[in-house]
Amino acid sequence: MDYTFQFGLLLNYLPQFISGFWLTMLLAFVGIFGGIALGIGCAVASTLPGWLPRFLVRCYVEAMRNTPLLVQIFVIFFGLPNIGVRMSPLASVFIALVLNNGGYIAEIVRGGIQSTHRSQVEAAESLGMTYLQTLRFVILPPALEKVFTPIVSQCVLLMLSTSLVSAIGVEDLTGAAMIASSETFRTMEVYLMIAAVYVLMNFVFRAILNLAGLLIFRRSRRNIFRGI
Amino acid sequence: MRTFGSPEFFFIFYALRWTLTLTAIAFVGGGLVGIALAVMRISSSKALRVATSAYMQFVQGLPLLILMFICYYAPSLFGFEVSAIAAAAVALTINSSAFLGAIWESALRAIPKAQWESADALALHPFKVLRFVIAPQAIRLAMPSTVGFLVQIIKQTSIASIIGFVEITRAGQLVSNATFDPLKSFLAVAAFYFAVCFPLTQLSLWLESRAAKRGAHA
Repeated sequence: MDYTFQFGLLLNYLPQFISGFWLTMLLAFVGIFGGIALGIGCAVASTLPGWLPRFLVRCYVEAMRNTPLLVQIFVIFFGLPNIGVRMSPLASVFIALVLNNGGYIAEIVRGGIQSTHRSQVEAAESLGMTYLQTLRFVILPPALEKVFTPIVSQCVLLMLSTSLVSAIGVEDLTGAAMIASSETFRTMEVYLMIAAVYVLMNFVFRAILNLAGLLIFRRSRRNIFRGI
Repeated sequence: MRTFGSPEFFFIFYALRWTLTLTAIAFVGGGLVGIALAVMRISSSKALRVATSAYMQFVQGLPLLILMFICYYAPSLFGFEVSAIAAAAVALTINSSAFLGAIWESALRAIPKAQWESADALALHPFKVLRFVIAPQAIRLAMPSTVGFLVQIIKQTSIASIIGFVEITRAGQLVSNATFDPLKSFLAVAAFYFAVCFPLTQLSLWLESRAAKRGAHA
């Protein structure tokens, strides 16, 4: 191999990489929290009486889970202008990421809600709690606690798949890398560096989300401290 | 100008075989490496366990798109060019191996220790223990997640379109450019993915519920 690695050249692109990094963070942040909110909403909606809400949520979840994110981005960004909905690349990818993550989270949370025993809901009912109170105090806390680990894995995967937004020209970390590599021809240096950044982000995200879980779910925190 | 008609539809349909080819390569290749990884993860050698764990963590933390770029451009450092399908196949294999390895590792770990010990007490060779005692039980445990990950691989082959391999997403882009009808083109692509993935998703759910029922009976 007669190739000399030259990482020095990339220093000129540092501002682009940094702004790309922040955009990736923003995309991941919006995708994760928007998706969690949407997913919980959908999971709750599918427990409502009547078949219609459950059917609609089912259709949405299956559509998101059985098609690739890249195609979803293409449909929203390239396809929707055909019916008069024109959006900037950035707006399209925000919508695509939230919708995609929401579908996965809805399915995960639904599993958690289903595993809550029916007698707990009946007990809440006999205490005279309203439906919303039952949801807020009886159904959701244990359901979310039970499925917190899969939610974290899904959110980390979502963070990694934000790299796909570069396909429609959004300059996130990957987009900045594509530009830097095509202008400097230092392709390997660029992608190896970016790879290291993503791997690092993966660990940091996982740690932060798990920490957030410890702060939110006090019951499991007690268990952990008892374990120590 | 062309309109979106049946020739365009069939153009995307014929590209489906490339999506499926790529999926098959990634699943078989990733599966073989994944088995090796899973077995190494439960081996008695600490060095082997740490090394495989590091590999799996690293690959799982790497976006597939970046991995694909690296596989596409790295061989040119050594002076030879690779085709887009080769780069995509290698990247998908590496990616799937890490995830399948993790799925199968947890299945192997879920087998009660008594099974290992009693097989050992029968003086079975360690390879035979794995082959005849542990594997049959672990495979049954791992089936739902494995089928679920197969769906994941099918969807991930769409990323190969970014390095220019013509599978159905890229075919959809070509049709969209020719007909100026991106909505129909990409909805057709999405419908193909759905038609392939949805039955597999249902199969995975069915396997899961069957495993849960069997667990309840035992």
